[in-house]
Amino acid sequence: MNKVIVVTSGKGGVGKTTTTAALGAALAATGQSVVVVDFDVGLRNLDLVMGAERRVVYDLINVVQGVAKLPQALIRDKRIDTLSLLPASQTRDKDALTEDGVARVIKELRTKFDWVICDSPAGIERGATLAMRFADTAIIVTNPEVSSVRDSDRIIGLLDSKTELAEKGERVEKHILITRYDPARAARGEMLNINDVLDILSLPLLGIIPESEEVLRASNVGTPVTLNDPKSAAAQAYRDAAARLRGQDVPMIVPADRKGLLDKLFGRRAA
Amino acid sequence: MTSASDANNSIRFCIRSYIAFVLAPQAPIIDWLAQLDNWIKTSAGFFADRPVVLDLGAVKLGQPGIRHLLGQLSERNIRVVGIEGADPAQLDPSLPPLLTSGRPSERPQAAETTAPKREAPAPAAPVQTDEPTSLLIECPVRSGQAIYFPNGDVTVLGSVASGSEIVAGGSIHVYGTLRGRAMAGTKGDGRARIFCRKNEAELLAINGYYRTAEDWDDAIRSHAIQSWLENGVLKVAPLD
Repeated sequence: MNKVIVVTSGKGGVGKTTTTAALGAALAATGQSVVVVDFDVGLRNLDLVMGAERRVVYDLINVVQGVAKLPQALIRDKRIDTLSLLPASQTRDKDALTEDGVARVIKELRTKFDWVICDSPAGIERGATLAMRFADTAIIVTNPEVSSVRDSDRIIGLLDSKTELAEKGERVEKHILITRYDPARAARGEMLNINDVLDILSLPLLGIIPESEEVLRASNVGTPVTLNDPKSAAAQAYRDAAARLRGQDVPMIVPADRKGLLDKLFGRRAA
Repeated sequence: MTSASDANNSIRFCIRSYIAFVLAPQAPIIDWLAQLDNWIKTSAGFFADRPVVLDLGAVKLGQPGIRHLLGQLSERNIRVVGIEGADPAQLDPSLPPLLTSGRPSERPQAAETTAPKREAPAPAAPVQTDEPTSLLIECPVRSGQAIYFPNGDVTVLGSVASGSEIVAGGSIHVYGTLRGRAMAGTKGDGRARIFCRKNEAELLAINGYYRTAEDWDDAIRSHAIQSWLENGVLKVAPLD
């Protein structure tokens, strides 16, 4: 099936890189071959989250510019041998990416891997538009906050106009992934609830990742959360999302508010 | 944004007409600027990236006066692309060019609360009678998108996102939630209306008269509404 997925959002800090790593690891754990590609040239992070920062020799820019061959730049994960990383360059900027070069790299990756997952930089400029340019599927990572949702909406507009599929008159398949969902805050009305987000973005939901310390801890130790803490709610949510990407029908679990139950027991009402 | 390109004879030149917002200052300029400031306060960012034509027909300004006024507007982030109704002798190449063939449209009568604003399609776009007079949009309008349809009505089946805008020569119908801006009757049609299933609009405008989200009370926010113009006042009322 050889799918190219872009993980994008518009806004920064919503969890694109974490999501790329976690979904990549979850898909690779099923035995399919996966490459995660860092498009955040100049501000690379995916190597850190994947724990491969000490093994980077060549990067995406080298391959785009023809300085290195693709197999030289790919870093195979030490934990899952079906998972690879194509890191970004930290010393260059997004202008070093050319459309032709990116097209060539994506085409070659498509022949080598079942899944190509592109981690988009924030923003709507060159890096982000080239990351989405050749995608079949987009995962729009959104926090349940007004600013994040509006930026996601903007990105969806770009996916419908600036991608190669859109220009051919076809459609990029699009999914919403809600991250950093905090049920307690949602219950208090301090963040948008799931239905508000889906109502505004009017796209299907791929998963809901609860706000959790496990996610932060996993990022800091350089292991995707699905590997670092496989029993955590966040890891389960990412595995479910990966299964949905593979076309499986998995019931959606809305993270519940543990305190809410206590509140109910004691007859208190959330403000 | 109608365009008429002379494709058969030449590929090097084409003629396009654009919609520009026309500001027509009135004497005394100081009061007019104060009025403008008041207005900008409630509609911040309205002029951002919009081409504006300055109509000096109602004021007599010499070159220093014109320069001063342009400076004042530029401080307010209003970019003037052309000047109308000024004495050509007062303009030199460092000032925006004189526009002469702006097609007049109905002028808002004695605008009290809103700055006068009318659009003037710039030179020479022949009106084509066989063009469709309505536009149907079947998908949601996303943040950052702008739909311009000066020829008639716009109907949107999905929602109109915060940070997007619809500009229509006729009426605007939104069957989803309207969260962005809707500007109807921009060619001077005061009978144009705006309808939506759920009103969360940032701004509603008909023929240059408008109101912003600050004005919505509970009766019209989040409800199905229609908006129309009555004696120079923009009315908004629930549909049911």
